[in-house]
Amino acid sequence: MYAFEIERPTTLADAVAALGREEAQALGGGQTLIPTLKQRLAMPSVLVSLSGIAEMRGVSVNDAGLLCIGGGTTHGTVAKEAAAHYPGLADLASHIGDPAVRNRGTIGGSLANNDPSACYPAAALASGATIVTNTREITADDYFQGMFTTALEEGEIVTEVKFPIPEVSCYIKFEQPASRFALVGVFVAKSADGVRVAVTGASNNGVFRWSEAEAALSSEFSVGALDGLSVASDDMIADLHGSAAYRAHLVGVMTKRAVAGAK
Amino acid sequence: MAKVAMTVNGKSVSREVEGRTLLVQFLREDLRLTGTHVGCDTSQCGACIVHVNGEAVKSCTMFAAEAEGAEVTTIEAMANEDGSLNTVQQAFQDYHGLQCGFCTPGMVMSATALLKENPKPSEQEIRDYLEGNICRCTGYHNIIKAIMAASGQEMPAMAAE
Repeated sequence: MYAFEIERPTTLADAVAALGREEAQALGGGQTLIPTLKQRLAMPSVLVSLSGIAEMRGVSVNDAGLLCIGGGTTHGTVAKEAAAHYPGLADLASHIGDPAVRNRGTIGGSLANNDPSACYPAAALASGATIVTNTREITADDYFQGMFTTALEEGEIVTEVKFPIPEVSCYIKFEQPASRFALVGVFVAKSADGVRVAVTGASNNGVFRWSEAEAALSSEFSVGALDGLSVASDDMIADLHGSAAYRAHLVGVMTKRAVAGAK
Repeated sequence: MAKVAMTVNGKSVSREVEGRTLLVQFLREDLRLTGTHVGCDTSQCGACIVHVNGEAVKSCTMFAAEAEGAEVTTIEAMANEDGSLNTVQQAFQDYHGLQCGFCTPGMVMSATALLKENPKPSEQEIRDYLEGNICRCTGYHNIIKAIMAASGQEMPAMAAE
């Protein structure tokens, strides 16, 4: 790692101020950023640790019935505390990485990084969640802008994520066997407004909604409704773990499994 | 340099550290607690697992400065007060849950964290919990047996034996 200073603010206001320093970078749980720093793929001069900010942690349901999760909440906490409210989301959180990673990694960090194979972006997009930052609220449809790219401005912090709670939902991922990241992951959420289907791991453009499947499932929520539907492989990721056509095929299979498992 | 103060194995410690100092470096190089191992240094293997405020974390993927004010517990604090092995450690010995022993500190810390939140785990729950701990010697069966025994459960017959 290149040398850097570390700042440990305990309030959001102090964190925002610290991120105003030149070449400052926010540090969530560090489960992606620290390995990145070790490989010298990033060289911030100041790292602003967000893990000491109590006001950014916690899981609660607000008056509007939205599940509100602080940006600094770990996957392990979401797995436990969201289970009673939104089991599909809690189940997703309980299968990210491994237990020790889940005790550090945070939902805000995952969404800010927007790794094309991360799990949380699929949940946020399929749920129609709102990403709350220190300056504004961004709908998930506007937030994700491509691989490792989001609507966040320089120095903007994900302070909270607000999830509408669907009637039924399910996330199924096909794990890349070495890294355990999603080779393809599909989140299906059915609510009164219809069905949303978000796919992670597959596309060169990052997480995306599969609109044909959404239309089919909105008229009939069954595995059979997906018969004959497929996604084009043109924009799919191709690497040694799977070709573009393989990933496109997996999108269909994972979507069917998610519909079958939705509860 | 930043000043960091924390409690390690019940003792208050305070040092000046660089921002980039990892918790595992701090434990091994500053405090000379070399029971915590660095296997891969890439968050994969779990040899560096310690408890921070009671939760298992990979100390190679956390900065020392982030442990400010935290209670850190390492393998050095696992033995009984008289120096004898505790239940989990003794079970690893009794059931041959180690060969070279390099992964064992992390295995013991993970097993201890698991049994704290789930005192009677099933074989599958143990295997799932150890997803982030890699052992290249044992093939895991004897580690699973040791943890089952440490939780006071009968040993199941296992496949591939």
